[in-house]
Amino acid sequence: MIFRRILLRLLQAIPTLAGVAILVFVLVRVVPGDPVAMMIPPGADADVVARLYAQYGLDKPILTQFGLWAAAAAHGDFGMSISLRQGVTGLIFSRLPATLELVAFAATVAVVLGGALAVFGIRHAGRFGEGAVDAVTGFVLSVPDFLWGLAFIVAFGVLVPLFPISGRNDPSQALGLASDFILTESFFRLRWGVTADILAHMTMPAIALALPLGAMIARVLKSSLAEQMAQDYALLSRVKGFSRWHVIVAEALRNAAIPTVSLTGVQLTFLVGGTVLIEKIFSYPGIGSLAIDAVVNRDLPLIQGLILTFAVLFILINLLLDLSYAMLDPRLRHA
Amino acid sequence: MTTPGTLRHALTNWRVVTGGVLLLVLLVAAVFAAALSPYDPLDQDLAAQLAPPDWHFGRDAHALGTDSLGRDVLSRLIYGSRVALTVAFVAGILTAVAGTLLGLAAGFFGGWIDALISRAVDIWSSFPPVLLSIILVALIGTGLWSVVAAIVLIDWTRFCRVIRAETLKQRRLDYVDAAVVAGLRPRAILWREIVPNVLPLALVLLTLEMGLAVVIEAILSFVGLSISSDAPSWGGMIAEGREVVHQAPWVLIGAMLVLLATVLGFNVLGDGLKQELDPVLR
Amino acid sequence: MSGAALDITNLSVAIRRGPTLLHGVSLHVAPGEVHGLVGMSGAGKSMVGRCLLGILPARVGITGGSIRFAGQELVGLNERDRRRAGAQLALIPQDPLSALNPSRRIVSQMTDVMRLRLGLTQSEATARALAMLHEVHIRDPEGVLHRYPHELSGGMRQRVLIATAFACEPKLIVADEPTTALDVTVQKQILRLIRDLQRSHQTSLLFVTHDLGVVAKICNSVTVLNAGRVVEQAPVAEMFAAPKDPYTQALFAATPRYDQPGGVVA
Repeated sequence: MIFRRILLRLLQAIPTLAGVAILVFVLVRVVPGDPVAMMIPPGADADVVARLYAQYGLDKPILTQFGLWAAAAAHGDFGMSISLRQGVTGLIFSRLPATLELVAFAATVAVVLGGALAVFGIRHAGRFGEGAVDAVTGFVLSVPDFLWGLAFIVAFGVLVPLFPISGRNDPSQALGLASDFILTESFFRLRWGVTADILAHMTMPAIALALPLGAMIARVLKSSLAEQMAQDYALLSRVKGFSRWHVIVAEALRNAAIPTVSLTGVQLTFLVGGTVLIEKIFSYPGIGSLAIDAVVNRDLPLIQGLILTFAVLFILINLLLDLSYAMLDPRLRHA
Repeated sequence: MTTPGTLRHALTNWRVVTGGVLLLVLLVAAVFAAALSPYDPLDQDLAAQLAPPDWHFGRDAHALGTDSLGRDVLSRLIYGSRVALTVAFVAGILTAVAGTLLGLAAGFFGGWIDALISRAVDIWSSFPPVLLSIILVALIGTGLWSVVAAIVLIDWTRFCRVIRAETLKQRRLDYVDAAVVAGLRPRAILWREIVPNVLPLALVLLTLEMGLAVVIEAILSFVGLSISSDAPSWGGMIAEGREVVHQAPWVLIGAMLVLLATVLGFNVLGDGLKQELDPVLR
Repeated sequence: MSGAALDITNLSVAIRRGPTLLHGVSLHVAPGEVHGLVGMSGAGKSMVGRCLLGILPARVGITGGSIRFAGQELVGLNERDRRRAGAQLALIPQDPLSALNPSRRIVSQMTDVMRLRLGLTQSEATARALAMLHEVHIRDPEGVLHRYPHELSGGMRQRVLIATAFACEPKLIVADEPTTALDVTVQKQILRLIRDLQRSHQTSLLFVTHDLGVVAKICNSVTVLNAGRVVEQAPVAEMFAAPKDPYTQALFAATPRYDQPGGVVA
């Protein structure tokens, strides 16, 4: 059942991806400005230009160009990055783990923070605690994550230097790890000193990323919890003799999570999009800062590869959300 | 509806007053930048690089310090408000007009027009805005006007969604039926009956949108995709301040606080206006 | 096990910094008795039940009076003692649709209270739940135990809730309009079931309803509430013979004729 659902969603994703690929390919070629001009490194001579033309097949008709690019892309080859002189695929795969670990950490923080605030607010419904939760979420939402990131740098990186403000790990220490998932790998290799160092680097960017999503979760979850707590089953559970905490956590939370996932799910893709900026602010070596550099350097093949990577991430997130409904709601699981 | 009475009442709302005063200060700074700035924002004083804030206000004192080229931070902040406000007004108003018109069309005409516009809104707003703005600017080129275009292209959906819902709501109210019975033509109903009732909401959204536009411009300046890095802009100062944050945190702090105050100013004003213009909340 | 007496005296309830909902309500339920609490919606009859069960909404509080149940004063207890005192109380809720948690299986919703109140193990509690389901005449009780609420009909859900209410042998059950949300044909069966179980378990019952026909079928005595005040209180036979208060008379006038009072569906 569940595997068929996953398979179906993955099949549905193929035309979406193809659409994105075509769109990106066409867009970068029809917008004002010669694509070659976009790709020429400053101070290049005519010889280099001609070689670039040939190298990227830009002298051929656009359909042929797309065919060549798509055929290579289907084999996992997205061409060469112009600014970094490396294969796009290899570049993205070496940077992707850093972003994935950051996103996973941030999403966890957002869910825990938002969940805790919502539960606390509902536990103190109609009293001071609820008002405080509303005020906090309102303030967090009115300040963009960009400013949160900067504020953290100033507050906890410079004025009270608790956390490092750049990079992913202490460069003076050799890592000696096999994969680029250095947080996960160092943890399972029991090299917890390294893990702690990486976590310290990730804390501020992750919290800056997590705050908007966390506040959104807190707000939506709190209102759906309030709705659930007014349901007869929650009252009945209290008549049975369970405490308010028990009723909130063991009875209402799961049902309240269903609308929360559907209303805040899109915010998770915004969190992934937010890595672009947050990674740049914290000089964090993931695909987000790579994307900004690619855009600033007009690195066409890299931009194309990165947009597709983000598209794949968004599709996977939506798949994950879709599955989480099924996990949470028995009515869907058995349907 | 907006009447002199509402206006007077609005001035007793602390949100409206706080937001209004903040933005008035900003407006004055932008208009009289030349008179207010102690220095030329482009003047480099290589003898006073990264000078810390100096509150003596004497000759040659830099009240908020200098950046790595010895340029006066206060002057650059004052001149930076010009970029911010230009983007806020131009991008904000263009976005408002585009989104409101599309929202009105979708809500009033319904049918395939509504289906088309709503679908576009759904798809469009499922993309992360920051990522989208960077991609758009990458495609249409850098510079202030590209930034404005990118903001309009991204944020029209915010207006469209809300205005469409409000138009639908207004259409179902009795006075529209009465107008139909009175023999008004559909277009006349739209302009005479629905538009005036939707406008207050559009005004609230516009205020919030201006704050967002300022942030997006700052973000794009920060990454180096907006105006050239010499020209004073808050985003550019943030980027530069980030580089020298250990030696001279005041560059980053100054630009950050000004940006924060601006965003909060627009937000608070927008919330206040919403309270004042919404008859249910009043 | 037999029922216990409930004495509510001068109970007043108000919204914080707001209007008063109950003005000095007094009522008495004798052990093993079925007491009807009647009134239009908004009369405050559900509020009486919620006071007794300790589940007042946020911002609503008891401002005066006393609730004595099984020899213990309930007003003024702290939350922990209140929960402990509630061991002898149960609720049959109004809407069987929303009274079962959609994301938990029936078995866990029936056994949690037995494990908490009676200290049973999971397998003991499951066995007891099964016995209770037999007692409420549910078809395929083993199957029902392992289903989710959405897989049961409204009548079956209400039977599950009744079984749960009686499972811990409470001394008093509040039935809050237990048949209002059901089909007319199911209503009769459910009413008969509640009456039978009440008799065999000798439980006291506070039966909240707006339906005088239901009162006639199941109650021994009745209290009529209007706008948070008691307007009439009498044995059922007496009131049905000659309603004294104009409000009660209006209630009778607004509803169709009934069978003989006390004529329990046998």
